[in-house]
Amino acid sequence: MTQTNLRNGPDANGLFGAFGGRYVAETLMPLILDLAREYEAAKEDPAFKEELAYFQRDYVGRPSPLYYAERLTEFCGGAKIYLKREELNHTGAHKINNCIGQILLARRMGKKRIIAETGAGMHGVATATVAARFGLDCVIYMGTTDIERQQANVFRMKLLGAEVIPVVAGTGTLKDAMNEALRDWVTNVDSTFYLIGTVAGPHPYPAMVRDFQSVIGKETRTQLQDQEGRLPDSLVACIGGGSNAMGLFHPFLDDKSVEIIGVEAAGYGIETGKHAASLNGGVPGVLHGNRTFLLQDDDGQIIDAHSISAGLDYPGIGPEHAWLHDIGRVQYTSVTDDEALDAFHKCCRLEGIIPALESAHALAEVFKRAPTLPKDHLMVVNLSGRGDKDMQTVMHHMEQSKQEKH
Amino acid sequence: MSRLQTRFAELKEQNRAALVTFVTAGDPSYDTSLAILKGLPAAGADVIELGMPFTDPMADGPAIQLANIRALGAKQNLAKTLQMVREFREGNSETPLVLMGYFNPIHMYGVPRFIADAKAAGVDGLIVVDLPPEHNGELCDPAQAAGLDFIRLTTPTTDDVRLPTVLNGSSGFVYYVSVAGVTGAGAATLEHVEEAVARLRRHTDLPISIGFGIRTPEQAASIARLADGVVVGSALIDHIANASTPDQAIDGVLSLCAALAEGVRKARVS
Repeated sequence: MTQTNLRNGPDANGLFGAFGGRYVAETLMPLILDLAREYEAAKEDPAFKEELAYFQRDYVGRPSPLYYAERLTEFCGGAKIYLKREELNHTGAHKINNCIGQILLARRMGKKRIIAETGAGMHGVATATVAARFGLDCVIYMGTTDIERQQANVFRMKLLGAEVIPVVAGTGTLKDAMNEALRDWVTNVDSTFYLIGTVAGPHPYPAMVRDFQSVIGKETRTQLQDQEGRLPDSLVACIGGGSNAMGLFHPFLDDKSVEIIGVEAAGYGIETGKHAASLNGGVPGVLHGNRTFLLQDDDGQIIDAHSISAGLDYPGIGPEHAWLHDIGRVQYTSVTDDEALDAFHKCCRLEGIIPALESAHALAEVFKRAPTLPKDHLMVVNLSGRGDKDMQTVMHHMEQSKQEKH
Repeated sequence: MSRLQTRFAELKEQNRAALVTFVTAGDPSYDTSLAILKGLPAAGADVIELGMPFTDPMADGPAIQLANIRALGAKQNLAKTLQMVREFREGNSETPLVLMGYFNPIHMYGVPRFIADAKAAGVDGLIVVDLPPEHNGELCDPAQAAGLDFIRLTTPTTDDVRLPTVLNGSSGFVYYVSVAGVTGAGAATLEHVEEAVARLRRHTDLPISIGFGIRTPEQAASIARLADGVVVGSALIDHIANASTPDQAIDGVLSLCAALAEGVRKARVS
């Protein structure tokens, strides 16, 4: 097979094709350059790799199982479906993979204070967790809308010793939390490490977060080889910023036989304008340190995203996804709030697994796609998080639809 | 000579620093903002920075964030900001005017079209917060080729190794952000500013303006003794935020501008 080398990006300037880069205020530039150097050094350091592997195994609980979802497969009546069980990780989602990596780097750089933004709260919880484990101060920025709909996670972060700062600006969601974290960072440059939760932001974050999340795809490769003796035929993952998807996809990018599908949140439907599908409903622009597809109006003002899932509620997407979309290597589709909710319920009943609403978007795509495929088609779905945090949201929706029926 | 060069040369001749004022275009409305803009030169502003509103002003503190929200709420956009500059230029051909903001609205407007329209409207320079020298090719280079100055921010974190990279391609003046932080935050000590100016002078002949955290005529005067320009933004904008009528907003901003101008003008005499 010819090597297509889709896994070598980004270039020295942090560009994946036309996407990525370092669009930040000058105050942050020296820090970001420093971070890139430190990360490059750490990546090659056997001691760092060994420490990372230790924490992934004994603290996070890796490898996460690759589980043959027999009942889901029977229900769909087509492709053989495997679930990559990232929801079984410590803290209940894939977010911890990246947090462990970055906290080890922060410690290596001598930083004493960790800041992060969070949407659904899973990244905030994972960050608070590793900060507690390493005895570092932790401040989490979270939009007030998200605080409202994710109270259990807010409480978890507080239990773990983090300070949760509500962000009122904008619509009080992930984008606004990220603005506020960036403001904190420019103010506390010397002491503070900004632990970004997704494959976005200025270089080196998109590449670094991807590398830490790639453990998902690497394990999947080995596990499926053990169970089926071959590569998967397709991969499916949900996308907000896109870190769980990039973690699963990246190790397979050069395997042309593997079809790769990213699922964006279509909210009420892309045609309504109330969605979070940056690739399917946005255009390229520059925000939060990188050039990527953004939801914006014709004056370049950022439009607030909408999704039932707080973790997908972001008007941008990681630059590597923007590039993979541009070159057509990954197919990006979208599913609505209602489709995700339906998949959520089916997964609970068929597999006894309560998925996060984010992951339910990937499952919704599976319900559309799997029935049309042959039985020997191997499909791997990233079950990126568990749904405990979403009880309130789902309950609220069930009550609402009950009322609508009366 | 560009309008910025001429202005800084004149002031050097007079042995005084420039008062550089920042307001956000369209805050709180197009008409009030235009009245403020037109009144600033007579109130003593030597250089005008006009903010281009953006939904996500990541490097700005609460005062300018709210100014952006008010302006966008009043339907300000980049085309209207350029229109505002054209209307300002009808009555003023001397005061340099610099547009300041974030890259995305310019990116959406289209860089070549923006440069042409800004130049034609009478804009003298640009400050784009989220375009470091690593991205010079996107806007800085073509803007300068078209005769627009590109003013760089330098900060306490810009060390001697990085400074030449930042200054290379800077023109008009150098804007020293005296504290690491967002706009409107606490002020730097005079010792820090003095040291920073001395360090910058070793690397550049461009005029040096100091900003962030300067609110009163007294503070402006003490900075004016050390640097070529004093930038005030959030303190002026607070007068717009606190006004209950458009006239109050206009009077508030212009009165503070006049007081700051007096501080700057007297600074090196006493």
